[in-house]
Amino acid sequence: MKHVFSNSIRKDHYGYFFIAPFFIIFAIFGLYPILYSLYISFTNWDGIRDPVFIGLGNYRAVVQDPLFYKTLFNTLFIWGVSVIPQLTVSLVLAFILNETWIRGRNLFRAVFFFPHIVTAASFGLLVSLIFDWKSGGFNHFLVSAGWIGDPINWKDNPWFVRLIISSILFFQYFGYSMIIYLAGLQGIDPVLNEAAQIDGATRRQRFVKITIPLLKPVILFQVITSIIGGIQIFDQPYTLTNGTGDPDRSAMTSIMYLYNVAFQSTRFGYGAAIAFYLFLIIIVFSITSFVLSNRKTV
Amino acid sequence: MQTAESVERRLRVSENARPRYSFGMLLVYAFLIVLALFCAIPFYLMLIYSTHSNAEIASSFVYWPGGALLENYRHMAEKINIWRGFLNSLIIAGGSTALSLYFGALTAYGFAKFRFAGNKTLFWFLLATMMVPGQLSLIGVYRLFSALGLLDSYAALIVPAAANAFNVFFIKQFIESSVPGEIIESARVDGSGEFRTFNTIILPILAPAVSALGIFAFIGSWNNFLGPLVLLFTQQKYPLPVVVALVQGYYGMDYGLLYLGVALSILPIIIVFSVFSRQIIGSVALGAVKG
Repeated sequence: MKHVFSNSIRKDHYGYFFIAPFFIIFAIFGLYPILYSLYISFTNWDGIRDPVFIGLGNYRAVVQDPLFYKTLFNTLFIWGVSVIPQLTVSLVLAFILNETWIRGRNLFRAVFFFPHIVTAASFGLLVSLIFDWKSGGFNHFLVSAGWIGDPINWKDNPWFVRLIISSILFFQYFGYSMIIYLAGLQGIDPVLNEAAQIDGATRRQRFVKITIPLLKPVILFQVITSIIGGIQIFDQPYTLTNGTGDPDRSAMTSIMYLYNVAFQSTRFGYGAAIAFYLFLIIIVFSITSFVLSNRKTV
Repeated sequence: MQTAESVERRLRVSENARPRYSFGMLLVYAFLIVLALFCAIPFYLMLIYSTHSNAEIASSFVYWPGGALLENYRHMAEKINIWRGFLNSLIIAGGSTALSLYFGALTAYGFAKFRFAGNKTLFWFLLATMMVPGQLSLIGVYRLFSALGLLDSYAALIVPAAANAFNVFFIKQFIESSVPGEIIESARVDGSGEFRTFNTIILPILAPAVSALGIFAFIGSWNNFLGPLVLLFTQQKYPLPVVVALVQGYYGMDYGLLYLGVALSILPIIIVFSVFSRQIIGSVALGAVKG
């Protein structure tokens, strides 16, 4: 017995060999590119010649760039309009599908989740086709149902385009949020609810005093991941607008702008500066939601 | 105030409990069914429209299969090799899934079963890497692969997948709950080397958990759009999502054909999901709760 014990102690340093590949690969393909992007953000670089150091020039230029603000507004608007119904509808659905008397729970769960794993780029194009002015199924349906006289050019209106993208995001994410809430609900000890019920707590009291507080970490997790994901919206608006972000760049998100600046106009330094501003915004939003959610409990 | 209200509500419920209950049930089902239809309709339209000619689509609302499927396909095949895109997607998603699972399991095993100094700290660091948005490093990644001469190669999309923190996290949970330390000890007593133990004894035990995670990782990689858009230049190497965007560029006004392109890129996912939906949903739920 003593032999086995000492043997296992001696083997513990082997752990480093097991985890080393991950950290080496992360250092090369994860950490280095971030640090290199940071360096590039202080330079002018066209992707061919050597980068020229210009200090904070890019950062100063980005703050004065109206298009940066416009694309940031687009991104936040699209995200905000989609995330509120996403996080509430999915919560309601999670409560419903957590009830044992519902028939076909697994089927509903699967159907609601399915849009989440559909290729976002393909889905953006699909929605673009359905909302097409002359040939889209949506207009044809509205006309044949007699709700509108002439087809409406949805994709020509800045607000409609943004709302369509918000709807796509809602469509692709509410089922995912629902699954996460459901997992959170199933993690709540049923004994707590039974005890409260015996003490005479109503359904609503149990919901407000037990379920919601215990779900709070899950809700916070959802809010923060949705911020990180929301700032990075790219695929759907890109294929929805055939890469243009039109009309009048009202559907151009921040990452689309970054992509255009860096990889279409080869202004890599400027693109990198945009990336770090976006990272800053993500951090500020995440910390804010973390602080807000902690204050409510006290 | 709140108690008075809820007592009143409880009385109301018990007064006419039966009809209220069944009416509420009906409403709940109606809500669920409407939402389910909302989820299904775009994909139904996608399949239906891909079988119609451009003229039919332009003239009226169609909701029944037409006869132009082959014609649409033949027209598309003139400029786009969608099967090549399919193959490219398989290579990229298959390669990156295999790498991310193997190295994920390797790393998770190291963290779960070896008590080396700094174990906890390094694991927290690993979790923190999940919070960093990928697009941030896009320009650096581009520069790195250009320096390595790997731009426009599958490797650029496959190799970085080996450092997938989510997989490590997920598999570590599984190892801690279902791989007993005695197995490792007895393998050591039998004189098995540490890596041989991992490859021949631990990996087979991990197979069920890893395969469920693998489906999810595969779909994630299959759907990747921005990565290949930036790192690949040759049309022959494009994976399916980029090919579909390319179809849009070539055939902007040819609707039946565009629907067909979209349908061909989404159908594999519909098929995989209808077979593995429970495993996929299970791995999402499991990963999220602990995170």
